[in-house]
Amino acid sequence: VTRRTTIARGRTRDGWLFVAPAVAVLGLFLLLPVLMALWVSFSDWRGRGSPLSGDVGFVGLDNYRAILSDGGLAERDFGTSIRNTFYYVVLVVPLQTVLALGLAMLVHSRILRGRGFFRTAFYFPSVTSSVAITVLWLFLFSTTGSVNEVLGWLGLNGPNWFQDPRGVLHLLLGGIGVDDAPSSLAGHGFLGLTWWDWLSGPSVALVALILLASFTTSGTMMLLFIAALNGIGEEIDEAGLVDGASTWQRFRHLTLPLLRPTMFTVLTLGLIGSWQVFDQIYTGTQGGPAKTTVTPAYLSFHAAFESQQWGQGAAIAFVLFVIIVVLTLAQRALLRDNT
Amino acid sequence: MKIPLGRRSIPALGLAMAGALALAACGSSGTDDDGGSGSSSGKLTVLIGSSGDAETDAVKQAVAAWSEDSGVDAEVTVASDLAQQLSQGFASNNPPDVFYVSTDALAGYVANGSLYAYGDDLDNAGDFYPNLVDAFTVDDTFYCAPKDFSTLGLVINKTLWEQAGLTDADVPTTWDQLDAVAGKLTNGHVVGLGFSPEYARVGAFFPQAGGAMTNDDGTEATVDTDENLEALTFVQKMMKEGVAAYSSDLGADWGGEAFGKQQAAMTIEGNWIAGAMSNDYPDVAYTVAELPAGPAGKGTLAFTNCWGIAEDSGNKEDAVSLVESLTTPEQQLAFAQAFGVMPSVETAAAQYAQASPEFEPFIAGADYAQNPPAEQGAADVISDFNAQLEGLKDGDPEAILSSVQGTLQAALDADQ
Repeated sequence: VTRRTTIARGRTRDGWLFVAPAVAVLGLFLLLPVLMALWVSFSDWRGRGSPLSGDVGFVGLDNYRAILSDGGLAERDFGTSIRNTFYYVVLVVPLQTVLALGLAMLVHSRILRGRGFFRTAFYFPSVTSSVAITVLWLFLFSTTGSVNEVLGWLGLNGPNWFQDPRGVLHLLLGGIGVDDAPSSLAGHGFLGLTWWDWLSGPSVALVALILLASFTTSGTMMLLFIAALNGIGEEIDEAGLVDGASTWQRFRHLTLPLLRPTMFTVLTLGLIGSWQVFDQIYTGTQGGPAKTTVTPAYLSFHAAFESQQWGQGAAIAFVLFVIIVVLTLAQRALLRDNT
Repeated sequence: MKIPLGRRSIPALGLAMAGALALAACGSSGTDDDGGSGSSSGKLTVLIGSSGDAETDAVKQAVAAWSEDSGVDAEVTVASDLAQQLSQGFASNNPPDVFYVSTDALAGYVANGSLYAYGDDLDNAGDFYPNLVDAFTVDDTFYCAPKDFSTLGLVINKTLWEQAGLTDADVPTTWDQLDAVAGKLTNGHVVGLGFSPEYARVGAFFPQAGGAMTNDDGTEATVDTDENLEALTFVQKMMKEGVAAYSSDLGADWGGEAFGKQQAAMTIEGNWIAGAMSNDYPDVAYTVAELPAGPAGKGTLAFTNCWGIAEDSGNKEDAVSLVESLTTPEQQLAFAQAFGVMPSVETAAAQYAQASPEFEPFIAGADYAQNPPAEQGAADVISDFNAQLEGLKDGDPEAILSSVQGTLQAALDADQ
């Protein structure tokens, strides 16, 4: 044994000693519950006593089968929640990213007076309790609320937002005369929903929640972009200016490529956060109208705590976990290829 | 600086984790035997989902009075989310001793063995309405004592009624009359009949047509019958005529709100509407009638809660005695007076009707009311039914019923 490895070994031991408290806390409150939930998702535990006690049986993939392939109500509910959240994510992530980048550019530019004020103002929704903002939203988007009032000035008849289960894409298709499902779409489907149901788009109620999420999260994302913009330095912009590049060209070919790592962070955080949406649903709509705002996280909670189907609830959580991991990896691969 | 990660540390870490897991397992299985540490001290805990201060105070007073008589300490806690707090209690083997249970939640708690079946041991078991005993009976076992109940009635706005030129003689007793008066009450600002978009309102028309969600034993779904189709088609017809509408289409959260805001001249609600009316819409004068009879006679739905006792309670005897005292006719009349619920024992009905004659139609409904299905998994089917009912006006009643028939039958099959 050489002297060098002895030192290294000592260092390793000390290192573990120092992180031991953190590892113990994380293990006890994070890893252990996750492992227990994983066990619950393979068991017939019904919520009484410990899931590790002797009378809880192993049921293999039964819980996963119920939500993924059984053809029953549990599968249809899960399919509905995936559809809703899919549209939610597809709209929220780009909206909040573009909004955040726009706000960051605005607040970063030296032309704007009172930048500190605007920075605080834009960040404010992010630090306010999401429950409070959801309640505010319920008022704003009520039938006689401010939003419909403003739409009224424009001569538009606003919908009854949080009570309207009609899908936006279905409404658009209805506008061009496609009212009923073509038989090719109505006859087949996936996860208990016909393809026509998958094509419904977000419901009007979900659109209100999408606006809510974009409003609340863009402040945090803006902060990330501001930090990155400050790190770029003015000389690069000035170099572009000397070369005669227009404002748009400098933004498109200089700023944007340099923001790529931050863009990845923002998109990833947005993706993960929006797939896990729960509190707005729990406090705002409870999944209604007509289940068009049910999300996997809410469905998991509902299955476990209301219906005492703890195995299915845990299974939903793990399928959601897999979806998020796969999408994050895919996104990472995509952003890397572009360079 | 680069510090190599010792290869040996990884198995060590794994071992530590496994150790922690094993410890946790021991810890939780250890509590299995002593059956709830909190309750073994002899003090009873009562967890309620309260509608407000009036209910909380009344329950606290009643429990305190029992404590004084029996010498057993008892504490009342108000849950912020009853289902969630109960679940935590059951999972940790330390549930409250006595708590509210809704018919929706009953089957789930029975299935996981959390509920102590004490119904038949009660001294006053025979006093309850048979209908309510049915609601809390699973596989011939009467689990828990009905706390109180409600039925649906037709709530009518007096002012709008008179403005439309209608008199007491016009109160509808048949579907045709309901349709006709709703038409007379409908004008530019007001729709004749407004109610919440859910089975718990629309479903009241099923028994009026002779239909039901399941057969009497709850083994077969009977959703897609001609009777139910007739009922649903009638509701759809009124909506298409514009004389009936969902509260959601009127911009209200529930039927009571649409009624209070005078967007609807009539609504279908239970006696709980009294609280909302006196708190939020004290100026709206209203009266209550029995729901009109359909082709098969009168029909309505009954809703109820019971006093559940935990199987893991360390003090079941005292808990049963507490429930007995909470369900005496005198105590129930006191609750009725305090927060407007209807007594679950038949002996108190006459006195209740005397004290609040305007609610007599709700009491009358108890004789012919139908219980919503409460088998395991039925709650999910109902919420799916509700989702489909939201599209009733432009939907196909037959398709809705046959879809619910399939899911309800699947739930009933899984339950057996």
